[in-house]
Amino acid sequence: MRKLQLFSAHGGLETDDLRRKGHPSLVEGIAFALLRLSMLLVIAAIFFIFFDIFSKGIGIISWEFITAMPRRGMTEGGIWPAVLGTVYITLITAAASVPVGVFAAIYLNEYARKNIFTRIIRLSIRNLAGVPSIVYGLFGVALFVRALELGTSLLSAGLTLGLLTLPVTITASEEALKAVPDSFREGALALGATKWQAIRTNVIPSALPGIITGMILGISRAAGETAPILFTGAAFYLASLPSSLSSRFMALPYHLFIMSTQHHSIEKVRPIAYGTALVLIGLVVTMNMSAIILRAHYRKKMRG
Amino acid sequence: METSSVIQVKKLNLYYGKFQALKDVNMEIGKQEVTALIGPSGCGKSTFLRTLNRLNDLIDSVQIEGDVSIDGNNIYDKSCDVVALRKKVGMVFQKPNPFPKTIYENVAYGPRVHGVKERKKLNAIVEKSLREAALWEEVKDDLSRSALRLSGGQQQRLCIARVLAVGPDVVLMDEPTSALDPIATQKIEDLIRELKEKFTIVIVTHNMQQAARVSDSTAFFLNGEVLEMGQTEIMFTRPLDQRTEDYITGKFG
Repeated sequence: MRKLQLFSAHGGLETDDLRRKGHPSLVEGIAFALLRLSMLLVIAAIFFIFFDIFSKGIGIISWEFITAMPRRGMTEGGIWPAVLGTVYITLITAAASVPVGVFAAIYLNEYARKNIFTRIIRLSIRNLAGVPSIVYGLFGVALFVRALELGTSLLSAGLTLGLLTLPVTITASEEALKAVPDSFREGALALGATKWQAIRTNVIPSALPGIITGMILGISRAAGETAPILFTGAAFYLASLPSSLSSRFMALPYHLFIMSTQHHSIEKVRPIAYGTALVLIGLVVTMNMSAIILRAHYRKKMRG
Repeated sequence: METSSVIQVKKLNLYYGKFQALKDVNMEIGKQEVTALIGPSGCGKSTFLRTLNRLNDLIDSVQIEGDVSIDGNNIYDKSCDVVALRKKVGMVFQKPNPFPKTIYENVAYGPRVHGVKERKKLNAIVEKSLREAALWEEVKDDLSRSALRLSGGQQQRLCIARVLAVGPDVVLMDEPTSALDPIATQKIEDLIRELKEKFTIVIVTHNMQQAARVSDSTAFFLNGEVLEMGQTEIMFTRPLDQRTEDYITGKFG
C-alpha cells in the first residue's frame, strides 16, 4: 500500500492508510437513531394533542360559537365574552410589558457597565422567568388589587400578566441587541453620532425583528395563562361584556378550566370545553405564526 | 520638507485595567500627510489610533494619561466635545462595516446625525463624498441598493465615503485593506494618495509594502512604545534601531 504522507515535512501527522479503526460508524448510527427518536416523540406528542382537540372541538366551532354570549348556565351558546376578555387582557399585557421590557433591555445591554451589580440584575431576571405563575398571581393580588386599590379588574390582571411576561421580553430583547455587531455601534459613533443616536438609528432597527419575535412569543404565552388572572380579575361567569379597565372579565384559559373541571354538568359541556381549547390554541398559534412571518419579512428587508 | 503638525501627542499612557498598552508615546503628525503606524500584533498601534478619536472611551476599563492635541486643543480636556471631535476625526475600520441600509442612507448617515435635513443638500453631499471615494461611477445608477450587496472593496470605499460626508480634517484607517483582495487593495491605496491632498491620514497597517507605498512618515510600535519614527523613505532604507530593521525585513512580527 502506498504510504500517505500528510504534513510529514513538518514532522506532523503520518498515517498508513485511510481505513477507519474501530466502529465509529456503528456509534454514529446509534446516536442518530436516538436523536431521530427524540424528535419523533416530540412531534408525535404535539400531533396527538392537536389532533385530539381538533377532532373533538371542530364540531362545535361556528361563527355563532365565537361571537355569541353563553346561555343557560353556560351549557349552550358561545364564548364571546371569553374571547373578548382574552383579547383585551393581551393588549393590556403588551402595553405594560413591551415598553418597559425593551427599555430595560436597552439599558442593560447598551448603557449599564459590566460589573457584579448588573450581573446580579441579569441573574435575577433569568430567575424571575422561572417563578411559577401562581406566585405572580398572588403578587398581583397583593400589589395591584390591594395595595394600589385597582380591585379585581382587567387592569390588575393585565398588569400581573405584564409582570409575568417582563423577564421573557427583557431577555429576548437583550439577546436581539447582543446579536447586533459592535461595528454598527462603533461605525455610527465614529461618525460623531451620540450613543442614543447610534442606538436609535442603527442598533434598534437591526435588532427589531428579534425584539418583535420575543415580544409576541412572550405575550402569546401570557394569553394562555390562568393562574395569574385567577385572583386578579377573571370571573367565572358574567352576564355582560367588560365596559372599562376596572371591569371584571371572562378569559379563554379560565373558561376552559371551569368548563372542564368546575361546571355542574361537565359531561354536557364537554364539546364547549374542547371548542374553547381549540379557539385558544388557534389564537396562540396565530400570534406565533405572525411572529415568524414578521421576522422573515424584516430579515429580507435587512438583506435588501 | 517640513509641514506643520496637526496632531501632537505628549507622554501618552494608556491602561486596560492593570495592563499598560501604551507607554510614554510622543508623536507629531503632519498636516495633509499620510502617517503609517506599523508593528507586530498587540503592540498598541490600533489602540493608539483609537485614542485619536476617543473611541477607547467605549471600553469601561480604559484609563488614559497624557496629552493629545488636535489643532491645539487637548481632546482629553473635560471641555472637549466628543461629537465635534469625531466629526473632525473620522475613522475607517479593519473590516468594512456598512450599515444594513441603502448606499445613499449609509453616506447620508453622518450628515443626518449632524442635523442636515434638506434633501438637495444631502444629495449633493452624497454625490461629492462618493466621487471623492472613487465609488460614484460604480454605484450612481442605483443608490437605493442595499450596501450589503456591494463587494468587499466597494464596501470599504463606501465606508470611506461615509466618513468624508461628515467633512473631517483627519481620517484614521485601521488596517483598511486587510480584508480585501490585491486589486481592491490597490484601489484603496490609490485613493489614499488622492485623499492626502485634502486630509491628514493616519493608517495602521501590517503590510510593509503598503506602508512604504502610501505613507510619508512611519512610526514603529513595539510593546506599547514608539521605538522609532521618521520619514518613511529614511526609515525603510536606514533604520536607526536594529529592531526596526528586523521587523521591516521580516525577521519577526
